[in-house]
Amino acid sequence: MISDLLSATVIIGIISSGIRLATPYLFASIGEMFGQRSGVLNLGVEGQMLLGSFVAFYVTLNTKNLWLGVLAAMAVGALMGLAMAFVTVNLHATQGISGIGFYLFGMGMSNLLFQKLVGTVEGVKGFQKISIPLLGEIPVIGDIFFNQNALVYLAFLLVPVAWFVLNKTTLGLKIRAVGENPEAADSLGVSVARIRYLTVIMGGVFSGIAGASLSIALLNVFQQNMTAGQGFIAVALVYFGGWKPFGILGGALLFSLVNALQLWIQVLGIPIPAELAVMMPYILTILVLTLSVSKSRGPSALTKVFEREG
Amino acid sequence: MKKVITLVSVLLVLAMFLGACAQTPATEPPAAATEPLRVAVVSPSSINDLAFTQSISDALLVLKAEMGEGLEYAFTENMFVVDDAAAAIRDYATKGYDIVIAHGSQYGSSLQEIAPDFPETVFAWGTTVDTFGMPNVHAYEAASDQGGYVNGVMAGMLTKSKIIGVVGPIETGDAKLYVDGFVAGAKSVDPSIDVRVTYIGSFSDVALAAEAATTHIAAGADILTGSAQMVVGAIGKAEEAGLYWFGTQSNQNAFATKTVVASQVYHWEGILREIIALRAAGTMGGKTFSASLQNGGQVITLNPEVELSDEIKAKVEEVIAGINGGSIVPLP
Repeated sequence: MISDLLSATVIIGIISSGIRLATPYLFASIGEMFGQRSGVLNLGVEGQMLLGSFVAFYVTLNTKNLWLGVLAAMAVGALMGLAMAFVTVNLHATQGISGIGFYLFGMGMSNLLFQKLVGTVEGVKGFQKISIPLLGEIPVIGDIFFNQNALVYLAFLLVPVAWFVLNKTTLGLKIRAVGENPEAADSLGVSVARIRYLTVIMGGVFSGIAGASLSIALLNVFQQNMTAGQGFIAVALVYFGGWKPFGILGGALLFSLVNALQLWIQVLGIPIPAELAVMMPYILTILVLTLSVSKSRGPSALTKVFEREG
Repeated sequence: MKKVITLVSVLLVLAMFLGACAQTPATEPPAAATEPLRVAVVSPSSINDLAFTQSISDALLVLKAEMGEGLEYAFTENMFVVDDAAAAIRDYATKGYDIVIAHGSQYGSSLQEIAPDFPETVFAWGTTVDTFGMPNVHAYEAASDQGGYVNGVMAGMLTKSKIIGVVGPIETGDAKLYVDGFVAGAKSVDPSIDVRVTYIGSFSDVALAAEAATTHIAAGADILTGSAQMVVGAIGKAEEAGLYWFGTQSNQNAFATKTVVASQVYHWEGILREIIALRAAGTMGGKTFSASLQNGGQVITLNPEVELSDEIKAKVEEVIAGINGGSIVPLP
């Protein structure tokens, strides 16, 4: 039975499932990473994803324009990020509890809007698969990696771009400085507030796209509470990835691949109880997290309020 | 101090929003001279989830149409947090609602605490068979193995690859009954049919349900089914692949018109009518109800958009008659 897992169909199935499942995590985690690198922990990712996912669905349903849907999700995410930044940066509210508040807001609001504006579960024509010329024709590999929808490509492109911005640009330097030592950054003329606003809004934008990737690219439907905790997994993946884009990529892929693997284990009837199988990705994530976290250290100013002296 | 005030005000605003989201009073109190019957429902997901919550909401709509001014009902949905649900249940009882329906098997322990404090209120709890021996608690369940069996028979007759995929939520309650009944039904057609069951460990993870469906399809399944509100993702994948789907809980036929062959639809209104009649006669609780094919508590609704052979249609009639007559027992 175990040897069934080694067939080509299964391996291709696991990898392509893993890539699809990883897509929303990548958007949300990379966005969250920027916020955390500047010192703001946003636990409201789940709420931003839910609202983004609804808005993208609703706009697409009515305009039939997918990119407009993505744009709307980005705008809603940005607004929620703006509110989060205002509450934590200006009002100095505790980051953890504010994030939970925004999560609840996003969830309640997406349910309310769904009921008032749509009313019943229905489908929408989402992003179609795009085969990349030449690369998409390579057997096996082409099918797995180069026959996906536009948002999947974007999610994976985001990783090197985020790495570049964070490590090779002045903006990235400022973000890291604000997250490590806001007092020093401030004394050098970097506006801590402005950087944190920027990163938290950016985080909201990416969480919005993460939501859109579910409702108009991967699933093409909106159902209440459909993110089912993915926003919180995304926050955990930032820790898992050691606050680094490629670490996050590794974490998101590991979690998603194991999730895909456990589905195959169940489908092939390998005698492992379903309860145990669905726990696998979580257990593995916790294991790797406990083993690896000692090596990486989070931003020093994470969750700390910055108040200018004098 | 400033911080505290800010935080509290933020939380209050949020609480107001959420309160507004959660409460959906379906009808205004009528100004009728006679006192209307007041019924309240607390439910875990939303009234348009195309599944569990929608089934009870639809039942109340039927009763409302029948009773008009004689019925006033309120609905609190999305109470997947049990503590919130408990607060809502107590709230309705305090406000003097005559019948309070706790529509979620996870609400049991809350009800056990609340019900004794309101002996004048009728509580109904589902889906379960346990009334805790309390005089004012009714229990209701769906014999979803029956509809599952009928769906399974149809699936067994339609499959060409002899592989059928099932996308289940958590192995419990009416979802487990449905799945077990479905497997038995398919196997009754041909024991060699491979019915592969996956439980994804969630009632709401649409993405994982979709991925489970994709996995079944990649592994050779040509017919899919599943239970609970997260299956909308899976139905979409069946539709994309041009395969058949069998629905349960609520009527999913219109969601994917060429894909959903039939839905097992719950009709709770019969049970609710009985509970109302019992209350009028002075019985406040203690009964266990089961929505079955026989009592009309569940109905197999074929999708007219999907063409079925006369052979299959006749078989469906035969199996339903067999279950009603007792010659077929889905889960012996």
